Amino acid sequence: MSEKMPLARTADAAANNKIANRQAICEVLLQTAADDRDIVVVCCDSRGSASLGAFADAHPEHLVEVGIAEQDAVGIAAGMASCGKKPYVASPASFLSTRSYEQIKIDCAYSNTNVKLIGISGGVSYGALGMSHHSVQDIAALSAIPNMRVYLPSDRHETRRLIEALLADELPAYIRVGRNAVADVYASAEAADLPFELDRAVWLRRGDDVAIVACGEMVRPALDAAALLHEQGIEASVLDMYCLKPLDRDALIEAAGSASAVVSVEEHAPSGGLGSLVAQVVGETCPRPIRCLSLPDAPAVTGTSSEVFACYGLDALGIAQSCAAVLRGC
Amino acid sequence: MVDASLKHLEQLRWQLRKDTVDIIMAGGGGHIGGDMSVIDTLIALYGKWLNISPGTAADPERDRFVLSKGHSVEAYYAVLCHFGFLDLSDVKARFSQFKSPYIGHPNNKLAGIEMNSGSLGHGLPVGVGMALAARMDKRSYRTYVVMGDGELAEGSIWEAAMAASHFGLDSLCAIVDRNRLQISGSTEDVMAQDSQQQRWGAFGWHVVTTDGNDLFSLDAAFAEAASTKGVPTVIIANTTKGCGSPVMENKAAWHHRVPTPEEYRQICADFNTHMSREVAHV
Repeated sequence: MSEKMPLARTADAAANNKIANRQAICEVLLQTAADDRDIVVVCCDSRGSASLGAFADAHPEHLVEVGIAEQDAVGIAAGMASCGKKPYVASPASFLSTRSYEQIKIDCAYSNTNVKLIGISGGVSYGALGMSHHSVQDIAALSAIPNMRVYLPSDRHETRRLIEALLADELPAYIRVGRNAVADVYASAEAADLPFELDRAVWLRRGDDVAIVACGEMVRPALDAAALLHEQGIEASVLDMYCLKPLDRDALIEAAGSASAVVSVEEHAPSGGLGSLVAQVVGETCPRPIRCLSLPDAPAVTGTSSEVFACYGLDALGIAQSCAAVLRGC
Repeated sequence: MVDASLKHLEQLRWQLRKDTVDIIMAGGGGHIGGDMSVIDTLIALYGKWLNISPGTAADPERDRFVLSKGHSVEAYYAVLCHFGFLDLSDVKARFSQFKSPYIGHPNNKLAGIEMNSGSLGHGLPVGVGMALAARMDKRSYRTYVVMGDGELAEGSIWEAAMAASHFGLDSLCAIVDRNRLQISGSTEDVMAQDSQQQRWGAFGWHVVTTDGNDLFSLDAAFAEAASTKGVPTVIIANTTKGCGSPVMENKAAWHHRVPTPEEYRQICADFNTHMSREVAHV
């Protein structure tokens, strides 16, 4: 059985996108802040990195610049949220997710404040800057905190829909996006092209040989890998599991249960990320051979994101090869 | 002219110390030394300076309070009980018990508590956020944050100190419970905190030094803070750890010690002596 969603573009067409996911966030906040005086963006000398310059120009009264002080940023945001404001803290994911980890745990999650944490330039976006600037522990770290949601949207359209959905609730959440424009997964943010529902994975493709579960920037190469596998007569399901926590267990069980093997793909360390979450559910409910593709448990090599991904088999070809291998039992 | 409300609070502070110790005895644990040093600050705030009551706990104009030194929660419980937010008999019956809502640090699921705390260094950044929100929303409420002196070794405090003066948050008042002891001994031995005046002053704060175990001195300090414009105010409240009984005063071992039955009797007798003096004084 093979069923391909008509929503995903071909890789060539999608690659023309010039708008980074962080810019999509700014566009949504820019529009929303015009009508909602409670929207606040908190920056750590990061408005440029976060593509929030336009927001700062248009709504200076909605911007709080705290300087290079991530702990302070999160604590201040939590204090504002406790008074009814809707703060979005935008700072590089590497610093936001671990430097202010305890503030996230206590002031946001434990105190249940409406703070949205935007981890920008996540994963290995800062490829050449070294491990200090890579955030490949954030899924593990943040998803271990009760009452903290974790999202890694795949493209600009899904990012937009996600932020629009999160604007409607009053709970804390962490959102990681990359630095650079990435190839589109969806044709647009319209409901017809992107059947988005908060905390529900998006089915990009259905196939009964292997279930590929991916998040963030790994979704596009996973989709392209499925196309390569199809040419070899292997049919893959592809799930865009942008919601790491809460994980969409139902979709995962359905995908894994109807396939012979499961492959997870993530821009994250091997421990505690999507692979661990997927393996827990699959192991408990419908055991299958599983392969968890990730960055290594070591400082990543220097290079652009695409060079780093290719180095560790996280590009379309590498993912397809891993899928074929796990189906062969090796 | 003597403020009659303060005279009432003078007597109250010995009863609330007794309630605090009773909570600790009932729960079999607590941070008694810091409870005794900070409780007068809490009484002055809830008894006079904070415009908070159980009926206005959700009012957007209410003053905000954060107990950053969250381990002094037993004193906080005693004060919240007296002012009608919590029920003392319920707190004593369930503090630290299995599935109790009255855990060993503040939790905002309880009436009257704004933010969770426990790990140190969190309260001042949160207070900066509250004061910023007041300014953004053009509200007149004030924000108070109580910290311990050992807590000042946390770097996040100084990030917030920097931000508060940068933003000119004169609606923010920080209080340092300067009892000069922490769990391992003297603050000056563990990590020196003198001189507070110069440190906070260098960060752009208005600094008021006062006797933190004297309600009249505290009252004057809060009045000065409320009338200070353009910059945040910090009150360095010089206190005695374990204040109220020689059994525990100025002894680091009483950071979180539970009195023996004999010590409990002596501590209560000492509180009664203080209370009798206050009554006689009136």
